[in-house]
Amino acid sequence: MSERDRGTKGDILLDMKNVVIDGFSDERWHEIIKGIDLTLRRGEVLGLIGESGAGKSTLGLAAMGFVRPGCRLTSGEIHFDGMELRSMPERHKQKLWGTRIAYVAQSAAAAFNPAHKLIDQTIEIALRNGQTSEKEAQADAIDLYRAMQLPDPENIGFRFPHQVSGGQLQRAMTAMAMASRPDLIIFDEPTTALDVTTQVNVLAAMRDAVERFNTAAIYITHDLAVVAQMADRIKVLRYGVEMEEAETRKMLTAPENEYTKSLWSVRSIYKEPQTSDDNIIEINGVDAAYGKGENVLHDVNIKIPRGKTVAIVGESGSGKSTMARVVTGLLPQNRGEVLFNGEKLPPRLKDRSKEQLRKIQMIYQMADTAMNPRQTIKDIIGRPLEFYFGHKGADQEAKVLELLEMIELDESFMDRLPEELSGGQKQRVCIARALAANPELIICDEVTSALDQIVQEGILQLLLKLQTDIGVSYIFITHDIATVQAISDEIVVMLQGKVVEQGLKSEIMEPPYPEYTQLLLSSVPEMDPDWLTELLKAREGV
Amino acid sequence: MSEEKQTYSAAGEVSMVRLRRSRLQRMWIDLKKAPPTAIFGMLIVSIYGFVALFAPLIAPYGEAEIFAQSYASWSAEHWLGTDQIGRDFFSRLIYGARNTIGIALATTFLSFLIGGGFGLMAAITQNWIDQVLSMVVNVLMAIPGLIFALMLLAIFGSSTWGLIIIIAVLDSTRVFRLTRAVSLNVVVMDYVEAAKLRGEKLGWIMGREILPNILPPLVAEFGLRFSFVFLTIASLSFLGVGIQPPTADWGSMVKENASLIQFAKYDLKGAITPLIPAAAIALLTVSVNFVVDWFLHKTSGLKE
Repeated sequence: MSERDRGTKGDILLDMKNVVIDGFSDERWHEIIKGIDLTLRRGEVLGLIGESGAGKSTLGLAAMGFVRPGCRLTSGEIHFDGMELRSMPERHKQKLWGTRIAYVAQSAAAAFNPAHKLIDQTIEIALRNGQTSEKEAQADAIDLYRAMQLPDPENIGFRFPHQVSGGQLQRAMTAMAMASRPDLIIFDEPTTALDVTTQVNVLAAMRDAVERFNTAAIYITHDLAVVAQMADRIKVLRYGVEMEEAETRKMLTAPENEYTKSLWSVRSIYKEPQTSDDNIIEINGVDAAYGKGENVLHDVNIKIPRGKTVAIVGESGSGKSTMARVVTGLLPQNRGEVLFNGEKLPPRLKDRSKEQLRKIQMIYQMADTAMNPRQTIKDIIGRPLEFYFGHKGADQEAKVLELLEMIELDESFMDRLPEELSGGQKQRVCIARALAANPELIICDEVTSALDQIVQEGILQLLLKLQTDIGVSYIFITHDIATVQAISDEIVVMLQGKVVEQGLKSEIMEPPYPEYTQLLLSSVPEMDPDWLTELLKAREGV
Repeated sequence: MSEEKQTYSAAGEVSMVRLRRSRLQRMWIDLKKAPPTAIFGMLIVSIYGFVALFAPLIAPYGEAEIFAQSYASWSAEHWLGTDQIGRDFFSRLIYGARNTIGIALATTFLSFLIGGGFGLMAAITQNWIDQVLSMVVNVLMAIPGLIFALMLLAIFGSSTWGLIIIIAVLDSTRVFRLTRAVSLNVVVMDYVEAAKLRGEKLGWIMGREILPNILPPLVAEFGLRFSFVFLTIASLSFLGVGIQPPTADWGSMVKENASLIQFAKYDLKGAITPLIPAAAIALLTVSVNFVVDWFLHKTSGLKE
């Protein structure tokens, strides 16, 4: 399949000049990409980073000569290997797509057809072009699976998409993109949906494949540490404008642009762990079950010190969220008691007083579903003010404004609907709603896991600041070790509905760790461009 | 995004900002994009509405005013002739709009009040209340509607209010099912849980948190149910157990003058006369459906 001239490494493959893309929303055309130049040489990986909405994906797709429905390419040139893609007819472009330019999407699960076996989908393009026989194509696909370090490469292709894990599917998708040995691959956040331990393997496999086949790639992500491992050069986008472009090492060590600098500095949150003997919540010997089923929580004992942050970690199904439901009263416990400020909390939500409800507030993982899409921000934040304190009219408006300022937003957000906010802004409004009740305890259920990294750090910083300002206590439910490192005082480790250990962060995070914790901790990407290489070396050595 | 700061800021995150438009402006934008069928439907519905509202001003004669000649043919005096006891057919057609549409509208409102209220309650509580309500609804739905309505009307007599209540109750079963089904998708949202955690009462959760989010399908269903109720009333009137004389009503007008059709050989216009109220029923039903179709299409976010 390698009859085609692959060119020499270093030749210019893709050259985009002054690309402008408009998007249609709210009855008008808006510029999404405002005149960006992009050059990519053969065998080179370019990292595109930026917050969500910066135009990364739009630009990535434009490199294929494709624009999403509702968008249009207004001006600029896109040269791919000497061909001008912008003026090329659709059917010619379709011939390029999949064969010479491939696209790897964020969600592999959504990109595979669940009704066909993996290998049939992998070789589909190669067969369509009639380059090879089915047998040859299959043999090649198996080679690719091996290159992708998929387990049992001879047979894995004969499974259906639902029969392999998410990480394997993502690697299979990269194999599919590689099947026709494209000149250019566009990776659009390929590891964002994966957990850290799988991410390492996928990254290693992708990097290896790109190197081996001398493929050029555009790697789109919001994860700075990931892009540092993958890219030769990094381009930073914001509001559809290029902020800075430089070679990876230079970009990491000496960013020039102010915005880029602020991106680099956000990964440095660390809170000095402290504890207190004054407990705001004591959970004593709690058992809980859903319906008449088996107990999900077994004899759980947790103490939450006042004004501190306790992170509850554990894999999914370990009972973290169930514990939160017991504290909030959504799921009455079968046994045991929950003491709030030394007083017993009634197990059932209905039996709790308005004061008790007010003092415990909750922030959810998905800010989208935590806010009523038909209420304005003013209504959302204003309701607890009215409900608990009777603030109405101008008085309420002044308080809402005060809260908006606390979460670093301004007056212009008052009359907006949730859909008009970015993910981070939504989560901030949820925080403001919780603060409006003037609570003593806030339960944060995976509040940052659905957000971009840059935005995540902003939220964590805000939460820390609020704690110092008003002395609120947090229960922080998460599976993200980096978040735990950043903001917790104490850590509770849960496993299968039981508390494994509770202690100060400095004690729990201190080696020696149990094997699983070790794996988890070492898989969190670091900003060092050599991190992945060294980690793989170290793991091989063991 | 007027100013673009160089450093990260929460307020500067990219988000879609809508132009502040009044509801009227938004409606106007939607209206301009409406397909011809929807515009036709809206036009017809508003003409019907106008006629119904101002019936006494438009109609040349009174609703039950009797003239000497019965079954008179079309003339300058009586545009569509007179009926079997000598009432002006055109005037009764106009009054009929008011009665038939008014009663159908009242019935639909009542059926939404009952079905919607109970449906919301069932979806939120999801306990024995839900079980009992759903069971009752299933039993009611198992009995053929028209026959059940005939039976109940025979028992309770066909006063206007009796008619409204009986049809509303029978029709509310479908509204209940729809409301419960769409509410179930909203009830699981975190904002409903947040409201519960805040200590909000059932009424607030029903009216403020859930109802606004299920309104579009309900409004569309309202149009459809209105058409069905309208047809049911017309059928019942045609059978003689619906709206009772002397109140003018399209269904009974068809029935009372149906015999004229047999004389088409001698007086074509006279034979058409009983078909006019039938056509009025059909036209309104079709128009309402045109509007509902467009509305459903728009709110469900379907393209093309």
